[in-house]
Amino acid sequence: MSKNCYIIQTNCVTPLGFDVNSNFEAMLNGDSGIQCHKNSPLLGSSFYAATIDSTQLDVAFSKVECNAEFSRLEKMLILSLQPIISKQKVTPKSVFILSTTKGNITALENKEYPIEGTYLSVLAKKIALYFGFTTEPIVVSNACVSGVLAVAVANRMIQAGVYEEAFLVAGDEVSEFVLSGFNSFQAMSENPCKPYDKDRNGVTLGEATAAVYISSDESKIGKGSIKILGDGSVNDANHISGPSRTGEGLYRSISSALKEAYINPHQIDYLSAHGTATLYNDEMEAIAFSRLGLQNVPINSYKGFFGHTLGASGLLETVFAIECANRNQLIASKGYNENGVSQNINIIHKNAKKEITYFLKTASGFGGCNTAVVFEKIK
Amino acid sequence: MESLKVELKAKIIEVLNLEDISVEDINDNDPLFGEGLGLDSIDALELIVLLDKNYGIKLTDPKDGKAIFQSVETMAAFIAANRKK
Amino acid sequence: MNTENYISKYCQIENNTVFVNGEKLFELKDVGFSEFIKNAYKEFEIEYPKFFKMDNLSKLAFVTSEIILKDVCEKDQENDIAIVFANQSSSLDTDVKYQNSIQDKENYFPSPAVFVYTLPNICVGEISIKHQLKSENAFFVFENFNTKFITNYANQLIKSRKAESVLCGWVEFYQEKYKSFVYLVSKDGLLFHNEKNINTLYNK
Repeated sequence: MSKNCYIIQTNCVTPLGFDVNSNFEAMLNGDSGIQCHKNSPLLGSSFYAATIDSTQLDVAFSKVECNAEFSRLEKMLILSLQPIISKQKVTPKSVFILSTTKGNITALENKEYPIEGTYLSVLAKKIALYFGFTTEPIVVSNACVSGVLAVAVANRMIQAGVYEEAFLVAGDEVSEFVLSGFNSFQAMSENPCKPYDKDRNGVTLGEATAAVYISSDESKIGKGSIKILGDGSVNDANHISGPSRTGEGLYRSISSALKEAYINPHQIDYLSAHGTATLYNDEMEAIAFSRLGLQNVPINSYKGFFGHTLGASGLLETVFAIECANRNQLIASKGYNENGVSQNINIIHKNAKKEITYFLKTASGFGGCNTAVVFEKIK
Repeated sequence: MESLKVELKAKIIEVLNLEDISVEDINDNDPLFGEGLGLDSIDALELIVLLDKNYGIKLTDPKDGKAIFQSVETMAAFIAANRKK
Repeated sequence: MNTENYISKYCQIENNTVFVNGEKLFELKDVGFSEFIKNAYKEFEIEYPKFFKMDNLSKLAFVTSEIILKDVCEKDQENDIAIVFANQSSSLDTDVKYQNSIQDKENYFPSPAVFVYTLPNICVGEISIKHQLKSENAFFVFENFNTKFITNYANQLIKSRKAESVLCGWVEFYQEKYKSFVYLVSKDGLLFHNEKNINTLYNK
């Protein structure tokens, strides 16, 4: 008999606010964290990105910790997880899972700085030690699916009986490193990104952290708890930087998650998709969703609010999908006006009320990776 | 023009890590993508960097690359007409 | 139902030496990694031009895996083999190379072909593409090879029927310091798939 896993608590730190509520209210209001950055030292030309104000971050951080010996990303990670830890007890059966693609990559800019400072395991240890975890931290670094894969990993390892509960935190920063890289890929949008829209022309980058607490202890289930029903993470085996034209890996990831969940596609009430706003990604997703019969399910991308936050995105968007379910609220997919994909999928164009019981979160990324997780709201 | 083509072939082999292919193996009119050298989308982006780094030519729209990167012949003609260094 | 899994084949590459199932099959001393891995590629008769475009981490992971998979994967049919890899340095070796291409503003030429390898899971993608493994995959980072985690994760994939077999591995590369240890976990094989056996093989 396998154990069931539940998401009991969530939190996030983004340019729109330092908790879930403020972020959700901002989204309902149609606000976006994306801004134009002119004369930034991070890139030769002006660009759009969703960044967190460092002064505001420092002010918020100083309220929870007076020791300033933390990098900007570490502050964001700690601020995200701290409210959750304050309500839960870390035990020898608790595991800490960090999801990130580039961690403290900005430390590479300073050639005097010891290289160990950029190790993802060192970053994970530092955060784990700060919160008093005794088990070896796990770092999930699987490109843009990392955040949602971390949920699947926690679910699987708790089912395997290795841990009883997991504290997940996901984060990535906007840096010269990733900006120049996406720019060299000619993948950056000239305007704030427009997922699934006919005028979409690329990614807008963003930075954020998100945290969730997952437990198999049914006595912890309360209002707003979410059951993890199934997951899948299947590779396209097609190209290291381009998505499969048929959406095969995403199709199989969702199929695998639905099969484990004993759920049919038509039972899904809401789908929080990846929607990076590149031509190929959005088209690939639309094909995969249609192949599965998910074309009528209300779908949105949160990239128009927060940009693509890389290793954070999957977990951040899971946090918002959970909030949508708990409020029975659909959020309009920011930046979307007119269908720009070949399939007739149901992109949410207006905020609306809807009863949400079963929902799906998906992501896809470089290396051909895809991940899908199916959730159920506990009534 | 002939020396530019030879130089270009050598640079393509170097930046795209084409193993076991020499300058002599590439004909001026061989298609670079698809059947020819079998280059892919990342190679196309790398050729854009090659134009910038070696000849001071900035291509901002990757779609322009399609006509320019048909063959060494078309690339060399484009470089000769647009080079800044 | 038999719930036991086995290690059916394993391969290690370190100190310019290739071991397959514990047996030394290739060695090339006194050369750098690039030279060594290219010769190993030829020695094991791998033919795959994309190999030469890979970064060092991918080359290492690819050759180690290829030695195992070339006799295991059935051509022209689906092979349900998951890939679960981990290391210590993530893609740091290529991260440093990429950072150097943007460090000097007078000589600023970020390379997309280098940038794409600044993610550790790209090596998993390369192996998946070679054998058309449309299967479960994940990449983790640990301070040291976390046998307990990888063993349980692989068993869980098989138990939950998300994969028939799992290619597990530690693939570490940073500035010429490297070690790979890749093994195939499946329903039959040489050794029981447990932490003790894996630790013994890893530390050999």
